[in-house]
Amino acid sequence: MTTSTSAQSLWQRVTAPLSSGPTAYAFLTFYVVVCSVLLLTNPRTELSTDIVFVLFMLSMLVAYRSRVSAWFKVTLGAIALGIVLPYFGTLNPFYIDVATQAGIFTALALGLNVVVGFAGLLDLGYVAFFAVGAYAWAIFSTPQISNINPAWSPVDPIMFYPFLVIGLILGLITGVLLGLPVLRLRGDYLAIVTLGFGEVIRVVANNLDRPINVTNGSQGIRDIERPPLILVDLVRNLGVQADDNRLYQLFFYYLVLIILLLTVIVVAHLKNSRIGRAWEAIREDEVAAVAQGIPRVRMKLLAFAIGASFAGVMGVVFAAKQLFINPPTFDLLRSINILVMVILGGMGSIPGTMLGAIIVTMLDLQILPRTAAVIREAQAAGLPIPRQFDPTQYQRLFFGLLLVVMMIFRPEGLWPDERRREEQHEVEIGEEELEADKTVASTSADTGR
Amino acid sequence: MAVDATVASTTARRSLGEVLGVVLGPIGQLLAFIVGSAASLALIVVVLALVLSPGQPDIMQRVVIILPQVIIDGLVRGFLFATIALGYTMVYGVLEFINFAHGEIFMIGGVIGATVSLLLVNSGTMASIPPLVFVLLVVLIAMAFCGMLAVTVERIAYRPLRNAPRLVPLISAIGMSLILQDLARLVMTNSPLGFNARYQTPDFGQPLRLFEMQVGERSVPVILSPRDLIFIVAATIMLIVLNYIVNVTKLGKAIRATAQDMPTASLMGVDVNRIIALTFLIGGALGGAAGALFGLRIGTVNPYMGLIPGLKAFTAAVLGGIGNITGAMVGGIVLGFLEAFVAAYLAIFTGGNFSGAAYADIAAFSILILLLIFRPSGLLGEATTQKV
Repeated sequence: MTTSTSAQSLWQRVTAPLSSGPTAYAFLTFYVVVCSVLLLTNPRTELSTDIVFVLFMLSMLVAYRSRVSAWFKVTLGAIALGIVLPYFGTLNPFYIDVATQAGIFTALALGLNVVVGFAGLLDLGYVAFFAVGAYAWAIFSTPQISNINPAWSPVDPIMFYPFLVIGLILGLITGVLLGLPVLRLRGDYLAIVTLGFGEVIRVVANNLDRPINVTNGSQGIRDIERPPLILVDLVRNLGVQADDNRLYQLFFYYLVLIILLLTVIVVAHLKNSRIGRAWEAIREDEVAAVAQGIPRVRMKLLAFAIGASFAGVMGVVFAAKQLFINPPTFDLLRSINILVMVILGGMGSIPGTMLGAIIVTMLDLQILPRTAAVIREAQAAGLPIPRQFDPTQYQRLFFGLLLVVMMIFRPEGLWPDERRREEQHEVEIGEEELEADKTVASTSADTGR
Repeated sequence: MAVDATVASTTARRSLGEVLGVVLGPIGQLLAFIVGSAASLALIVVVLALVLSPGQPDIMQRVVIILPQVIIDGLVRGFLFATIALGYTMVYGVLEFINFAHGEIFMIGGVIGATVSLLLVNSGTMASIPPLVFVLLVVLIAMAFCGMLAVTVERIAYRPLRNAPRLVPLISAIGMSLILQDLARLVMTNSPLGFNARYQTPDFGQPLRLFEMQVGERSVPVILSPRDLIFIVAATIMLIVLNYIVNVTKLGKAIRATAQDMPTASLMGVDVNRIIALTFLIGGALGGAAGALFGLRIGTVNPYMGLIPGLKAFTAAVLGGIGNITGAMVGGIVLGFLEAFVAAYLAIFTGGNFSGAAYADIAAFSILILLLIFRPSGLLGEATTQKV
């Protein structure tokens, strides 16, 4: 924070020297090194490691916010995410799995952010596109395919890489297919229809084991093929002694990292392109945007298709990583989970969305289960806590509270988009006038109940 | 009274005839739609059966035998959707906002009903209570509780956001629905109810045999269970009362005024906040009653049962024209018939390859999507231009 407003808060005064000038370089290096050392010297699975791990992940965001040279940021990020974290992963496989999941959901959240944050279309069935990608790889890589046509046999595992593209295309097509009919709808209608669509996909996945067994119904598809490990000899020669499972963890970590990087680049470029501006215009005032000559339907469809294609690719990766998928994997809660990431971080803000995704994934996979374990210990020690009180069980409650509280107190999210925040403050000033205008318009448009 | 002096003093008294006309008029419309949709769907089914019958000789017989039962099922389903859809429509009509948590209010109505029935069983008074009193008790308690709950939800999650952009209250409504789901689960699993709360009921008596269907040598009875009958009667009473409230009373007038134009209504002496709270009270009470009756009919309730009926009720509300009370009823009925027909006949027509019960859900959402494409204002809705 370098802006010197008259009402500078204490926080800003403390952080300002740490985020610019030579101090920032020293501080960042110190921060990352301390976290790395703490992680690497203490690779156990417990609460303290969780905290250090979270701090380590947060260091990336601190680096992003600091006023240091871009090269320094990139180098720091590359070392931390490309070397320190994977090495830590070989010491403690639990955390690399968390990091991979966080990466997958970050990419998904970025995709949803294109739809919700950039274009302002509330999509509650986003996980459907994820499911399409996941089922595509699951069906084609397992003997499930011969249930559809006995003449077909599973594709070679190396086909995983082309399938990343196929997943993208499938996501794109599904996105357009869903988008075409519903994009004329207003926000809340769109939300319900996409929700319905998500449910339809789940019901279809659950029931498409007859007359032809396509999805294997509620039993799901197991033993999904993983791609062959490329460069495995090279890695072994580097001295990494690990069994296949460990290597696969590293492989998926790097794969997700690469895809995530590409996603971030694509999304950032889109945001600043003509298309991104058009989305923003539609989001802020659709009628005015159309009057300015923005092709509304094409732009909305584009947002839907691009968001869906990210989900399609990640679906393929997810299926190969998890080895097992079934319809409940893709239920409404998962969609809302991703939406929470976007809203918590800040709709329309790329770093915000990433922050939200990391926080929510950590919460899900680490903090809630860990709190549960702590509470269970307390119960064993004789504290009077009812047995049913297990925080992992109350994910919905937690998300619900998060959504309501965020909407009431900070609807722009933890790390809002700069431009969007400015606009919102503008709205606050002229709110009364705007409201008056709106009501005048609604009386003339309404013809009664 | 909900309305302050200015509005109240200008209200002319209506004659009894007018009141009856206003209240019962929609019932006539509803009957027309019931008969119309039942007849047209039956016709479609029979024609399909005729087309398919050369290949499968017994298909016609199978279709006709279950037809009356399917119509009755459809009617019951339809009333269920209609009663939930009314809650959506009430709120949408006033606030132009989809109360996403309404499905959960419905679910909690079911939970309350199950609680009351459990309490009655535990106190040993269940057997001595006449079924009618039991139903009344359950429904009224559920209505009171859910009405208050809906008002609370409005106060906490919607009122602070009334002037926010459209997406904001919708998201907080989604949050509220997740909260209610998990709270219900927390309470249920920690109480004698259990996750799938059983709905204890007094003896409702034997199912009514309406008539016998004669097809060839076979004779199949057409059954209407007393629970279904109670459901239909209760739902009809609710609809009539709601129509009365909205169209005849001063409160209804204030609600309509608020829906029309909030700032002007408040200038005319309507306490808008109070009217909105009352709208939520009515909508929530209707949802609670629907939940209690639904639980009564199904036999069990669980914390997640609100989502799908909620979605379908929303579909029904849109189908009829959201914001239009008669429309919600009509939409619910049409959707109920459609689902009952799909559930009963899809398996027959596809040779058992597609299970009708599973794909009935899809039918509802397909209707929603098709409708929104071709007639976004719904069956009875009036086309509105987009607001600038």
